[in-house]
Amino acid sequence: MSQKNTTPLFFLAPAVILITIFVIYPIIKTLWLSFLSPNGEFVGLHSYFKVLRSKEIINLDRFPYKSPPWGALIHNAMWIAIHLPLTLFLGLFFAIVLKEVRGASIIKSIVFLGMVMPMVIGGLLAEFLFDKDVGIVNVVLRFIGLHPLANISWTYHPETALLATILSGVWMWTGFSMIVYSAALAAIPREYYEAAEIDGATSFRKFIHITLPLLKPATLVVVVMTVLYELKIFDIVYAATGGGPGGASMVLAILMYIKAFVAFNFNEAAVLATLLTLLTLPPAIWIAKTAVGRK
Amino acid sequence: MKGKVSTVVAHVVALLIGVVWILPVVSIFMVAIRPIREVLHGWWNFKEFHPTLENFVEALNHPTTPLGRGLLNSFIIASLAMITPVFIAALAAYTFARFSFPVKTYLFLTIIIMMAMPQQMVAIPLFRIMINLGLINTYLGLILVHTAWGLPWIILFLRNFFLTLPIEVEEAARVDGASDFQIFLRIVLPMSLPALLSVTALQFTWVWNDFFLALLIIYSPDKLVATQRLVWMKGKYHTPWDALCAGAILVMIVPVIIYAVFQKYYVKGMVGWVIKG
Repeated sequence: MSQKNTTPLFFLAPAVILITIFVIYPIIKTLWLSFLSPNGEFVGLHSYFKVLRSKEIINLDRFPYKSPPWGALIHNAMWIAIHLPLTLFLGLFFAIVLKEVRGASIIKSIVFLGMVMPMVIGGLLAEFLFDKDVGIVNVVLRFIGLHPLANISWTYHPETALLATILSGVWMWTGFSMIVYSAALAAIPREYYEAAEIDGATSFRKFIHITLPLLKPATLVVVVMTVLYELKIFDIVYAATGGGPGGASMVLAILMYIKAFVAFNFNEAAVLATLLTLLTLPPAIWIAKTAVGRK
Repeated sequence: MKGKVSTVVAHVVALLIGVVWILPVVSIFMVAIRPIREVLHGWWNFKEFHPTLENFVEALNHPTTPLGRGLLNSFIIASLAMITPVFIAALAAYTFARFSFPVKTYLFLTIIIMMAMPQQMVAIPLFRIMINLGLINTYLGLILVHTAWGLPWIILFLRNFFLTLPIEVEEAARVDGASDFQIFLRIVLPMSLPALLSVTALQFTWVWNDFFLALLIIYSPDKLVATQRLVWMKGKYHTPWDALCAGAILVMIVPVIIYAVFQKYYVKGMVGWVIKG
């Protein structure tokens, strides 16, 4: 574009105005709130230390030897520790199995259902599937002989509530990782495998030396998006347990909401929101860089 | 021979995956279509089996949180909150794809980073803004917020799509004296229908599925959206599984239909921008 052009200004204005009012301005305001005391004085990082030291965030008296509550930050870490490897592995496994199967698109659609429906339904499922009377999971557990686990409603007990919500999250999110891996697998040229076969490579060696290395970019995408999902998790837990019982399935996003709109402690809520945002920044920046890098 | 065995195994495993993954939905469905007394000890008991629509009627007319009204509310909000952001984002995305201007890269980066922000980071000030603007507990308020929050990813998706369009057509139109806006409206948008379908289908679904923003902005009982009503329906001490399962089916059926109809566009919209090609 050689001549001076004012078109960009007009075309961008609606989007920039809306994002500024409803996203950027409130973000800055929340950050500012996190440095204030309840009566409006500037106290710097005071509230941060207070929040980080509280047992609601990290409870080292109970973690890891006693049952939850372990604190919201540790619970989010548990989400990442359990949910991330499970969805990664299952998504890759499903994608590989379904690659060579007739009618695979129907099964892919089924696995993808969890991505389509509201996440609050995932929360209801966490309660419903692990119920001691009507829960199908507990029937299976009874069948395998795991009676202690089968005879309780998981979301009502501190030992199991967190795990129930995480597993429900696995059911919901595996579709994403499967779809990304399926697309990545489909993009690997058949000639690579044919060449390897001529050299006498086994299926296992082909997988290790061709498939896995070529899946690296897809894996990175899944990891980044999944970690974001796990950090920001709200609906599933809110609908299943509200963070309970006794905080045993509490996560940062819900604790922030409760602090702000139930306890009306806006400053500590702002601190929690800011901490949560700081955690999401590395994946967010990665996404932005990848997006800009693509020409 | 070896190939045949592994194909059979793959089919069996695939079938197992399908069965295990659909089981939660089947569970909900089975409870939804049967009287509660038949499923009190598990929906897998089929000694008595009397399918009925009673639970759906009960959910729709639930005494404290009638879902029928919630579905209508969600539909109104999602319809309006899908059209506005797509148009506004398309304008911005076109600008990012075709024009160069100062701070372009920084502005784009900032917008994209907003895509990943936790909504908790805006909750408190947003609540206050809504009160100050008189938009708290109104559909307009919720629609505006959904529009703003939908913009970043739609801008990213459409910008990437616009970059793949041949620029020659636009240049020819410019030579013929068409203005930038005319080119955008008459040439770029019609060429982008598949991409517009992708973002529209996804944006509708995300607004329909949203819970947090509604929780923040809408609170009077008659205005609650469908997802809120589902959660409220789950009593504090007693969970009415019959009505709740029927309700869950009713709330999920809308996005599931959209997915079934627009599957190709839908999946593209969700993962297209993260995968090359």
